Amino acid sequence: MADLRNNFVGIKSPNPFWLASAPPTDKAYNVERAFKAGWGGVVWKTLGEEGPPVVNVNGPRYGAIWGADRRLLGLNNIELITDRDLYVNLREMKQVKMNWPDRALIASIMVPCEENAWKAILPLVEETGADGIELNFGCPHGMSERGMGSAVGQVPEYIEMVVRWCKQYTRMPVITKLTPNITDIRKPARAARAGGTDAVSLINTINSITGVNLDTFSPEPSIDGRGSHGGYCGPAVKPIALNMVAEIARDTETHGLPISGIGGVTTWRDAAEFMALGAGNVQVCTAAMTYGFKIVQEMITGLSDWMDAKGHRTLDDISGRAVPNVTDWQYLNLNYITKAKIDQDACIKCGRCHIACEDTSHQAITQLVNGVRHFEVIEEECVGCNLCVNVCPVDNCITMETLPAGTLDRRTGKPVDPNYANWTTHPNNPMARQAAE
Amino acid sequence: MGTTQSGILGGRLPLAEYEANFSDLHAPLDRHEALVAADRCYFCHDAPCMTACPTAIDIPLFIRQIATGNPIGSAKTIFDQNILGGMCARVCPTETLCEEACVRNTAEERPVEIGRLQRYASDIAMTENKQFYTRSARTGRRVAVVGAGPAGLACAHRLAVKGHDVVIYDAREKAGGLNEYGIAAYKAVDDFAQKEVDYVLSIGGIEVSHGKALGRDFSLADLAGEFDAVFLGLGLAGVNALRIEGENAEGVEDAVDFIAALRQSKTKADIPVGRRVVVLGGGMTAIDAAVQAKLLGAEEVTICYRRGKEHMNASGFEQDLAASKGVTIRHWLQPKRIAVKDGRVAGIELDYTTLDNGKLTTTGETGILAADQIFKAIGQTFEASALGALRMKSGRIVVDAEGRTSLEKVWAGGDCVLGGEDLTVSAVAMGRDAAGSIDRAFAAAQPLASAVA
Repeated sequence: MADLRNNFVGIKSPNPFWLASAPPTDKAYNVERAFKAGWGGVVWKTLGEEGPPVVNVNGPRYGAIWGADRRLLGLNNIELITDRDLYVNLREMKQVKMNWPDRALIASIMVPCEENAWKAILPLVEETGADGIELNFGCPHGMSERGMGSAVGQVPEYIEMVVRWCKQYTRMPVITKLTPNITDIRKPARAARAGGTDAVSLINTINSITGVNLDTFSPEPSIDGRGSHGGYCGPAVKPIALNMVAEIARDTETHGLPISGIGGVTTWRDAAEFMALGAGNVQVCTAAMTYGFKIVQEMITGLSDWMDAKGHRTLDDISGRAVPNVTDWQYLNLNYITKAKIDQDACIKCGRCHIACEDTSHQAITQLVNGVRHFEVIEEECVGCNLCVNVCPVDNCITMETLPAGTLDRRTGKPVDPNYANWTTHPNNPMARQAAE
Repeated sequence: MGTTQSGILGGRLPLAEYEANFSDLHAPLDRHEALVAADRCYFCHDAPCMTACPTAIDIPLFIRQIATGNPIGSAKTIFDQNILGGMCARVCPTETLCEEACVRNTAEERPVEIGRLQRYASDIAMTENKQFYTRSARTGRRVAVVGAGPAGLACAHRLAVKGHDVVIYDAREKAGGLNEYGIAAYKAVDDFAQKEVDYVLSIGGIEVSHGKALGRDFSLADLAGEFDAVFLGLGLAGVNALRIEGENAEGVEDAVDFIAALRQSKTKADIPVGRRVVVLGGGMTAIDAAVQAKLLGAEEVTICYRRGKEHMNASGFEQDLAASKGVTIRHWLQPKRIAVKDGRVAGIELDYTTLDNGKLTTTGETGILAADQIFKAIGQTFEASALGALRMKSGRIVVDAEGRTSLEKVWAGGDCVLGGEDLTVSAVAMGRDAAGSIDRAFAAAQPLASAVA
């Protein structure tokens, strides 16, 4: 049996599946249910400073996009941080941590960018017995208009400053949560590291409008006919999150900085991918909000069974394994040549590969052969782009086959060169370096 | 429970049971169901379903329009090719047409529910009385259409769109042809055939003259003299005879008459049916008669077909439907003699049959089934009369690919022509295409001096 125990910057949990700071972790009732279901940890819904709590809108807080059969693909929210009294939250956190000593309990915090505000709240949180804090520099709506959330996360200098205060005023590990609403994710990550953060977590939600009501012309979700951008999350954002995690994992300045991976984790497979790209654990929200807390059981068993099948014993065996394989485009091997191959027994003859290639790509798939409906790759035209694989509705019907070195590439009429060669030395590159003699 | 009294009686069942038995065979899809079903369409390129449709409806497009919340646009896609798309959605043997061709069969042996989706979209447009077509400026050309069935209606509609004036002659009281008189009641509930006729005729420019039969009230020559063109969209009025002893006994009936009477009955309780019913034949008519006999409360209904299951014209779906309603289908049995008692049917003696070098022969064995009612469903014939020199072959009218007959100014389509498929949808295609051909012929001819702009 694979060992799923997680040690993230000293915070221990029985598995690497944490619930992200969000509606599912707003109060003891939910968190207790989550722990009963098997979640390894929770990041409590973001606490604000002492005083009257924030208020939320009283109309819809969520918008969504759906795939086939109304499967939720992307969710957007305009909810703010906790709208419950600070002390109610702190009391409940303390009780929950006492009830569940083996689970991770992290406090998410967002207070104004003033040293005293942070100095005031940190001891209160520490007193709950929480295992660590997460700095919410990501929330992209509402709070950012008040100079908090992503308004901080978009200014590396502020990040560094606040992290520094936190490291100064608490012994708890500090996780800095980053916003993706920025051009280069490495900049805030470097700033957090410079401030002394123990880890970063990402991504927070992405600025988004999920749709427009075409009767009222109001953006969705609509509050009395008007809408505001919300934070986008769910399966649709996973590719964006994976890239940002990888960027930080492979950046020389942030390499080795612990990462808690967030963004569309829906299955064990998503979690494994985040961890392979350098995350030490993952945080989940939308999947739980879509299906309930029970999904963690699928995640735990799936990850464990996959690790067993592959001979990975601990999470350290998988964490970061894909990072060395993430590179810049210029270093990709231009002598690696693939051709699409259609399994005629699996083909259902929908013709989508043909029309995609014919209309939008390289005219490399037949429609008729000897007058019969038949879809076959024309190797002379196939550039190996993979579009046909992606539009084919049948799993594994079209595959990309690697041409072995020495075989003839019928598109170029040349044999496949066995040597690695990339753009940096390509003759078409005006900046090409001289290839070694 | 109904009565099992012998003889041919109406009112075998409580009224509520008739209502349940003759309700919609497939309930219409609601919006959610339609979206789920539409989601399964792969939007195939050069889609096999579209090729399989005799009217070549752009099926992937109309399904995508449903999936994207545009059922009205979807209905127009359907009606552009098939103005009787509503009825075809109900009666097409989709399992041997579009749905058989669906690539989902290869993927998971379950096609996209094309027929039910077509009904979903066309029902919405018809319920809203959404009219997609307006007539072109009147041309002054007049066309006679004989037969207000699927072929005639489709032809008349397309002609009317083109600005020509049409008079449809039909021998029956109601328009619709087999849609009104020849389809099992549970496939076209709520008087759908007449609603569809009204929808089609609302284009304007089409006059329907009821109770007028070719050969009795006028000849083809009369029409050709009076009109600029004639379209013959006649049905098959004749029924094949058994030519065996006892055929004239009371209780031996034509299945088509039984089916027509059922359609015209409101409650169905007034339609008498036997206790033990035998239906002779292997096509859709046999199935429709047998299933409805069972639904009327017959205790035993047996279809006897002289060849094997694989030779039956009725689709697999129809055969399964019959079986699910409690109809017994027996193969390799050919009627030999009808047993008669007191002038009434008492039973039927059948020869067992086999194929001998591809030729059907009797084995010498016989069997007897007790019956108080026997329906003949062994095929219909075209009763041609007053057609003059029109070229016929094998008892049907010979036409070219556009529906032109051997006579100038005369087109034909539907069941009355040679090489048809005896399907509503094929009749629609032929009527529609003949209208196109007529319109082109008018355009090629000298314009009328009296044309109204």
